[in-house]
Amino acid sequence: MKAGKSSAERVTVQTIDRPATERPWAVAAPWSRREFVKAFTGGMAVLWLVDLPRARAAQAESGSSGRRGGQRRPTALAAWLHIAADGTVTLFSGKAEVGQNVRTSLTACVAEELATPLASIRAVLADTSLVPYDAGTFGSRSTPDMVPQIRRVAATAREALVDLAAKKWSVGRDTLSAADGKIRHATSNRAIGYGELTRGEKFVLDVSDSVRLKPATDWKVLGTSVRKVDARRYVTGQHAYAVDISRPGMLHGRVLRPAAFGATLASLDASGAEAMRGVTVVRDGNFVGVTAATEHVAAQAVAALRAEWKTAPQVSERDLFAHLRSTARNAPAADASDPTTPGASRQTYTVAYIAHTPLEPRAAVAEWQGEQLTVWTGSQRPFGVHGELVQAFRLPDKSVRVIVPDTGSGYGGKHSGEAAVEAARLARAAGKPVKLVWTREEEFTWAYFRPAGVIDIASSVAADGRLMRWEYHNYNSGGAGLRALYDVPDRKEEYHGAQSPLRQGSYRALASTANHFARETHIDELARSLKLDPVEFRLKNLRDPRARAVLEAAARAFGWGQSTRRDGRGDGRGIGIALGFEKAGYVATCAEVAIDKATGKVRVVRVVESFECGAILNPDHLKNQIEGCIVQGLGGALFEAIRFENGHILNPRFSQYRVPRFSDTPAIQVVLLDRKDLTSAGAGEAPIVGIAPAVGNAIFDASGIRLRSLPLVPNGLKV
Amino acid sequence: MSNVTSLHVNGTGRTCDAAPERSLLSVLRDDLALTGAKYGCGEGQCGACTVLVDGVPIRSCQTPVGAIGPQKITTIEGLERDGRLHPLQQALLEVGAFQCAYCASGMIMSGVALLGKNPNPTEPEIIRFMDGNICRCAGYGRIIDAIKLAASAAKGGTQ
Ligand code: FES
Ligand code: FES
Repeated sequence: MKAGKSSAERVTVQTIDRPATERPWAVAAPWSRREFVKAFTGGMAVLWLVDLPRARAAQAESGSSGRRGGQRRPTALAAWLHIAADGTVTLFSGKAEVGQNVRTSLTACVAEELATPLASIRAVLADTSLVPYDAGTFGSRSTPDMVPQIRRVAATAREALVDLAAKKWSVGRDTLSAADGKIRHATSNRAIGYGELTRGEKFVLDVSDSVRLKPATDWKVLGTSVRKVDARRYVTGQHAYAVDISRPGMLHGRVLRPAAFGATLASLDASGAEAMRGVTVVRDGNFVGVTAATEHVAAQAVAALRAEWKTAPQVSERDLFAHLRSTARNAPAADASDPTTPGASRQTYTVAYIAHTPLEPRAAVAEWQGEQLTVWTGSQRPFGVHGELVQAFRLPDKSVRVIVPDTGSGYGGKHSGEAAVEAARLARAAGKPVKLVWTREEEFTWAYFRPAGVIDIASSVAADGRLMRWEYHNYNSGGAGLRALYDVPDRKEEYHGAQSPLRQGSYRALASTANHFARETHIDELARSLKLDPVEFRLKNLRDPRARAVLEAAARAFGWGQSTRRDGRGDGRGIGIALGFEKAGYVATCAEVAIDKATGKVRVVRVVESFECGAILNPDHLKNQIEGCIVQGLGGALFEAIRFENGHILNPRFSQYRVPRFSDTPAIQVVLLDRKDLTSAGAGEAPIVGIAPAVGNAIFDASGIRLRSLPLVPNGLKV
Repeated sequence: MSNVTSLHVNGTGRTCDAAPERSLLSVLRDDLALTGAKYGCGEGQCGACTVLVDGVPIRSCQTPVGAIGPQKITTIEGLERDGRLHPLQQALLEVGAFQCAYCASGMIMSGVALLGKNPNPTEPEIIRFMDGNICRCAGYGRIIDAIKLAASAAKGGTQ
């Protein structure tokens, strides 16, 4: 359990507490450049502009970068930086802080390039009336997309400030330097603060694509372990998450959930609930909810509702995998190769639905003022929620404001705005602000799940260990991480969408976890069948130098070569390895397991993971993300699975759905490969993909039992 | 049973008017504006709602406010003394233990209770005591490090 202890290199950040409503311009976002310039009231602004329709289309399509192409001149704001007369620097961005520490990393980018103290910077994030449109915080896009642009924005400001000082003092700009929020002229020993340079002026600049960025080797803030912004507010209980927001006169809401998925309301007797003091019952089609003065009364009122639901039969878990195959689009013809030819192999792997179950459940506070709606909610997609509200209530864009306080995590599970829409409905009916906090059971049932999937692999290897054929079909779980890093002359890798009986959506690393599980398990099977060392076998089929580097680094740190290999002799201990590539990050994971033969309990005792995602921005936060990925990933690897039958979730509680705890945490060693010469990639997802196959392979090593389904051992290992 | 009209919280008497069967968690959060303790499950499984009652950690989501009586409640908001953080709060800052930090209040209150009972816990003791607290961001290793650091700081050790 050796977590990073690099406190010596840490810098503390404190942000300035100012009401978020105070703003140096007059109208609400989002704006075009023209609107912005008209509304801007003073100081210096550096704008990052994008071609919004294109960016929106691109992101809707792929959830990816939305990088602009073509000739159209970008006109929509993506983010911007303001320098006020008092020297305060404010960054406005639509990203949301959901535990990935994007607030800290963006603040550090500004501090680095603008050469101003961390404490002089604040980041206004995820408030749709204060920040420009952003598609959302997912897909590990914040680092690769935002970081370079925010650095360019800050560097553009720095260069403009140098120009201003040069003009003011009539000196050459190369005699000036920027540091500590000031421009200095060393020869005359003069210095002037950024605020002073912009005071009484109105500078609006566009980000320069060609501005000089500080090389990673000169970084002073980036590349160091800057501490979580506002960390003190979190250890003192002061930070207000969405669940903590309170408004004058606020009521508490509760929603009546259907008897099963897809059920429609046949009849409702609300008289019992309506007779309760201060209770309002709201009905609108299938939506039924209540408001009351306290949560307790709201819960009692919902319990007093007599509803009849019309249900229809639904696919249950026992039929799941057959159902996914039979409903698959463009399913391949049956594999015609002969599995009995030497070196040929064919296997099927499956993964279960799992729940994100972020510790802060979906929650929202909604308040109407006439036709103006404000909603506070935890989300990874503030503007997505904004759009849902605009649509649900048919309001103009500017009548809806969504404020996302730094959120109690998401892991890809908070892309949708159900709680926001429900709270807004209740608030409108009650004529008062309403808070709605989903119960854990609701979060487990009515959110969405990581997709389940079936994966078929047909392969063949030559006697010398070279992969010759690789045919890979993924049903339903998704296309992320589909393509193997290995070099195979004859390859085909396809994803086939299918009809999912449960509502499914994004999850940390998407389908990459499923695809890595199937692939890296299969690779281990091939290595074992050839009696080749699993590391050696991978290296034999791998040219990509970055992949080789992480694999070798993990194996070395783990002591792979020195460990005695057991090859299924079943003495209770075993080791396994897996290699991965996701979102431009390379990862290799080694795991050691211990199996208690009497009880069948499997414990992961030790994990070594090496990771390379280009130049490292904040080593400590990176390690923290990786450690979190490993331990969170152990849940889906070992025991997490959503059980369901005929439209019901059978285990919607922590007492029935086991998540990793302290006692599940292995000793973890993280090996970071810092490639200062490469662009930084995001790291919130890739580090999770290797743990399941590494553990599965280690279980085989220990016991000789090959497991091909996730979770691997929900009820222990039958030995 | 009549409504609960006073509670002793963080060293002072607070007035309220709460139906006795309501959870202590909701009264703290909604009536007394002490929102540090969090809802995570409502069934005693996650520890996000942990507060101390006469020094003993309890799951406030499962505790009816009517059962508290004159006992002294300590919440995360009551740990700071004269602007100084509790050693465990300080240690968590040092270690950089959190991602989303939604679990933080409950972790800290459980950890404070552990250190109160056992100022020098071993790693297995920490794990056993803390196993009822869930961190979905799964930062368990760092929380263990922080508890050890706080224990050694309280002894006067440097690290
Ligand atoms: S909310 Fe009380 S234990 Fe989870
Ligand atoms: S840090 Fe997110 S739940 Fe613990």
